[in-house]
Amino acid sequence: MNTDRSNRSDRSDRSDRSRSAVVLERVSVSYGRHVALRDVTAEFPPGAVGLLGPNGAGKSTLIKALLGLLPPAGGRMQVLGHDVQHSPRAIRARVGYMPESDAHIPGMNAVSFVAYCGELAGLPRANAMQRAHEVLFYVGLGEARYRNLETYSTGMKQRIKLAQALVHDPDLLFLDEPTNGMDPKGRDEMLALVRDIAANKGIALILSSHLLPDVEFTCEHVVVLDKGAIATQGPISALKGTTGPVFELRVKGDGQRFADVLRVEGIECHGDMNEVMRVFLPEGHGSELLFQLAARHGMQVRHLRPSVPTLEDVFARAIGGDP
Amino acid sequence: MPVHDQSYRHYAGQRSLHGRAWWVIARTGILEQLRKRRFLALLLFAWSLFFVRAVQIYVSSSFAQASFLAPDAQTFREFLDQQRAFVFFVTIYVGAGLIADDRRANALQIYLSKPITRLEYVSGKLLTLVVFLVAVTWLPAVLLVLLQMVFSGGTGLLAAHPLLIPAITLACALQVAVAATTVLALSSLSRSRRFVAILYAGIVLFAAAMSQALRVTTGSRAWAWVSPQETVSVITDAIFGMSREPGLPLAIAVALVVALIAVSIAVLERRVRAVEVVG
Repeated sequence: MNTDRSNRSDRSDRSDRSRSAVVLERVSVSYGRHVALRDVTAEFPPGAVGLLGPNGAGKSTLIKALLGLLPPAGGRMQVLGHDVQHSPRAIRARVGYMPESDAHIPGMNAVSFVAYCGELAGLPRANAMQRAHEVLFYVGLGEARYRNLETYSTGMKQRIKLAQALVHDPDLLFLDEPTNGMDPKGRDEMLALVRDIAANKGIALILSSHLLPDVEFTCEHVVVLDKGAIATQGPISALKGTTGPVFELRVKGDGQRFADVLRVEGIECHGDMNEVMRVFLPEGHGSELLFQLAARHGMQVRHLRPSVPTLEDVFARAIGGDP
Repeated sequence: MPVHDQSYRHYAGQRSLHGRAWWVIARTGILEQLRKRRFLALLLFAWSLFFVRAVQIYVSSSFAQASFLAPDAQTFREFLDQQRAFVFFVTIYVGAGLIADDRRANALQIYLSKPITRLEYVSGKLLTLVVFLVAVTWLPAVLLVLLQMVFSGGTGLLAAHPLLIPAITLACALQVAVAATTVLALSSLSRSRRFVAILYAGIVLFAAAMSQALRVTTGSRAWAWVSPQETVSVITDAIFGMSREPGLPLAIAVALVVALIAVSIAVLERRVRAVEVVG
């Protein structure tokens, strides 16, 4: 029943790494009068893609629209080469969805629930049951698989949602805030699972989160949404890329005024200007430039530490604020 | 792959074509109910009248002195009327939580993220209830017809009433359709099965009491329209060819039942969604 990927002739495009998992062309989605997504055009390459944005940016809305659960007011969406408007069922057969909120079928234990989800996705009953056992072991719920879902902790509920999304062996996973409510250890384990799925199991995934470290740990690409529009998108390494040095800086006095001075000099900076700000110097310059500017404007540098560009910088640059 | 490896493996087995999810949902729902002892007791109790009628049929067929007990179309009409109480209890027991429980546990987004349609979901839930309602109406009624044929050793009853089985089927279908769609629509309105049960019971009992009170007060049977059960009763009488005091015209009764089912379907269409759109 279970075979290696090489035997999967019917779904060979899983290994087609050149094809985009999701393509959006001028997609708009509204809830009544409220526009949740506005003219979104984006491409999600295969592999792990982070869907970043502050709360209310439209991340969950986008995922639900991609599943065909929310009709778009305009635009075109393709998932795994299928048009969402015309083939939502074909898409849902090849996609796994882990919702953000707690979700389960009442009155079931874990193995029955996951097997039931497998059957709903089209697996024969016996195969669905066998897959349920396997997937539950994979997500770390093997020992608790006969327990009623209503007795599960928050972390276990997150894992069971991942299991039901994986049971039918999807080609693409939508994970909506998968580490919500998890303790640090559980969060690390969940992220390790997510990374393993994308890196070693050949399953493309879109990870929606407002937690930048989660995305940075698991994803190669990122799409940043803000107020229903694309703020930036691309490979994380390219977006983070800066040729000059980066510093964490704190000055004594009016930090905001010093930040304005830096900007006038063409130096990018963001963060909390009255606490520690992040400063991006142009190529060829060093920390002495900061000391010179501070001295010229009567400021004292109280903290200066070399840093590296992070996803937080990408995020802050994209949406013009703190993550 | 090593035997000890419990890592993720890909699936290359069979996948069914779309369109059988309704059966998966119904089968799971039916099996879940059958695991409950209290429900099995209710089902057994719902068959108690069947056994009483079976004895009546046996006695009337076996003893000439008891021939006055021989069943006719009226007997089956009365039997279905008596089963109304069990239809009510089974509807509440099975139907109240069918969608409300899923709404409470946010299960709709799990269901509808799979390759199934809302129609399949509702059909599966509806079938779960319909199976049990048929089991307490149509099944015992048709078994009584068969028992009569076995005990009397002939098909005299069917010869005298050739449309008896179609009449039983139509009357049961009507009774079941009204109860099932109504409770399912109410179940989609709430996250609490208890609230749905109280609401359904309240509507049915209050409407029946109102209809009865208005009939007594005004002396007119036209007030049957106030109660869905009474309205169904008017149509059932017509199906069995029973004469009835003038009251609610058949056409209006049919129109009311069709309207009730249509409203229930409209509620289901609006409420069974993976994403709740407010405003």
